[in-house]
Amino acid sequence: MSREELLELYRQMVLIRRFEEKSTELYTQGKIGGFLHLYIGEEAIAVGACKAMRADDHLFTAYRDHGWAIARGLDPRRVMAELLGKATGVSGGKGGSMHLASAEHNYWGGHAIVGGHLPLATGVGLAIRYKGEDSAVVCAFGEGSTNIGYFHESINLAAVWDLPVVFLVENNQYGMGTAVERASAVSDIFQKGCAYDIANAQVNGQDVLEMYRAVQEALDHARKEGPFLLEAITYRYVGHSMGDPERYRQKAEVEEWRARDPIRLFAAELRKRGVADEATLEEIHRAVEDELVEIVRFAEESPEPDDAALCEHVYVNPVPHR
Amino acid sequence: MARMTFREAISQALREEMYRDERVFIMGEEVGRWGGTYAVTRGFLDEFGEKRVRDTPIAEGVIVGAAAGAAIAGLRPVAEIMTINFAFLAMDQIVNHVAKLHYMFDGQITCPVVIRTVGGGGRQLGASHSQSPDVVFAHFPGLKVVAPGTPADAKGLLKAAIREDDPVLFIEHATLYQVRGEVPDDEDYLVPIGVSDVKREGRDVTIVSYSKMLQISLEAAERLVQEGIEAEVIDLRSLRPLDTRPIIESVQRTNRVVVVEEGWRSYGVGAEIASRVMELAFDSLDAPVRRVAQAEVPLPYNRRLEQMALPQVDDVVRAVKDVLYL
Repeated sequence: MSREELLELYRQMVLIRRFEEKSTELYTQGKIGGFLHLYIGEEAIAVGACKAMRADDHLFTAYRDHGWAIARGLDPRRVMAELLGKATGVSGGKGGSMHLASAEHNYWGGHAIVGGHLPLATGVGLAIRYKGEDSAVVCAFGEGSTNIGYFHESINLAAVWDLPVVFLVENNQYGMGTAVERASAVSDIFQKGCAYDIANAQVNGQDVLEMYRAVQEALDHARKEGPFLLEAITYRYVGHSMGDPERYRQKAEVEEWRARDPIRLFAAELRKRGVADEATLEEIHRAVEDELVEIVRFAEESPEPDDAALCEHVYVNPVPHR
Repeated sequence: MARMTFREAISQALREEMYRDERVFIMGEEVGRWGGTYAVTRGFLDEFGEKRVRDTPIAEGVIVGAAAGAAIAGLRPVAEIMTINFAFLAMDQIVNHVAKLHYMFDGQITCPVVIRTVGGGGRQLGASHSQSPDVVFAHFPGLKVVAPGTPADAKGLLKAAIREDDPVLFIEHATLYQVRGEVPDDEDYLVPIGVSDVKREGRDVTIVSYSKMLQISLEAAERLVQEGIEAEVIDLRSLRPLDTRPIIESVQRTNRVVVVEEGWRSYGVGAEIASRVMELAFDSLDAPVRRVAQAEVPLPYNRRLEQMALPQVDDVVRAVKDVLYL
């Protein structure tokens, strides 16, 4: 990877981190409604994975999706506008935080029913094989999703039909407030791949370059052979969503994981390799702050959806109820 | 025109659309080697091959979800759910995903999937295999729900559903497969989704029904002729979008309505039609709207009890006489 590419990965992670922190602020001010699930601490996964994906590859994610949308290349201004429910949002203000998408980027959505998007991702894999294309699908979801029927049904079908899907588990240790060991009979999630006889691996989700390499290998396997179950070990530094009292975990544990901050780890790596000095990294942080000002300005100044939007897109071909 | 069974009409629609459009394929339990559990897709595997006739595991969630995903990616899948009772296993996919994708993502995602399934009771299959929960699915904006009652409509509606850019739930009735009728053989013969149809004209009373109950209602209308009563029989064909225009026009002439459905009465099709008639033609009514529906019980196995629970021709005749105060 070139110096520019490495610095771009760093920039994306910083942007996502600051975007999420700014979202917290706007949520507290009452400018963002509904649920808000933050990606703080998990940035290396989306950034590494999206770097490994080609433009013609497809992406499905769960509802902790702001970081994914930004890493996939969606305009962060329009992502923020969606959080504010504005007409300029990536989903026209009708999806909200949990339903970001962009057809142009083959990003088929953040989905809010746990495990519900796994069958859809499998179906896109089916379409790829059906059309004889060479692309693949990355389907990201939390470790909690691996205990629901969809996980079994989707991986089983993808394996039976050799579909090009990378099932990427973002294991952040907790499904809401329930620790993985308390919810999953097998807590080394990647081992669940053995039950379907599919390729599987575990990767350090705090290391963006390791994520990049692992997803690249998984995608390569998916294109040529079939499904891959990749488990990224990570941690969310804040609650499950806004308003989570976090009674289920110890402060010490959070601190321990904060010591493995993906952004700081990567900064150290860049300095060690001589790719960037402190001043270069500082400059990136400053540029991100400037961009954030513009992101928030754009979102706040954007118009609300007009009244007509309420009934738009229920159907492609609406037939009036008569 | 050719005379054929309801089963043949469905089969012909699938075959014609698969030849017309390379993107159309079928997937579901036993659609291939077995030939379809209701023999609708017999011979398809040899004719179209494994790529386009796909046997799936018994896993309704991923059958619907994967079909929906393939539709998102530009194909035209026809997913078969063996019976509507099993559609509940895919309920989340159908109502939380398929029905909402286009709206939630502001029109960026389209999901032109057809879900074919088979409903209805009357074959002594017991409570979990004998339901007509059509209205449950018709409740959700974003879905289109159709349920034909004749071979001609079955063919035309299925072809329309496959060409439709919106997701369509296509409900067949297990006891209709042997019903015969004239069916147009034009390759572009379509029946529009969301348009009701007057199946029989009459001046005295309006009977509204669909699917299997259309046949029951037509039989009842024949019997009523002998008593000098001319019933107009209207076939809904689509439950969503619902077309009440012919019903309102009819009620303005007959002033009396009977709704016949196989599902349970509470919160059912009859309740909806009765409300619409009241909203749009209250002044035309000379009698309260009568509903003929299934007894409010899970359907029993015993044949006599089962038939007792399901709406019969006699029940329709009785209801018609009630609204005529005879």
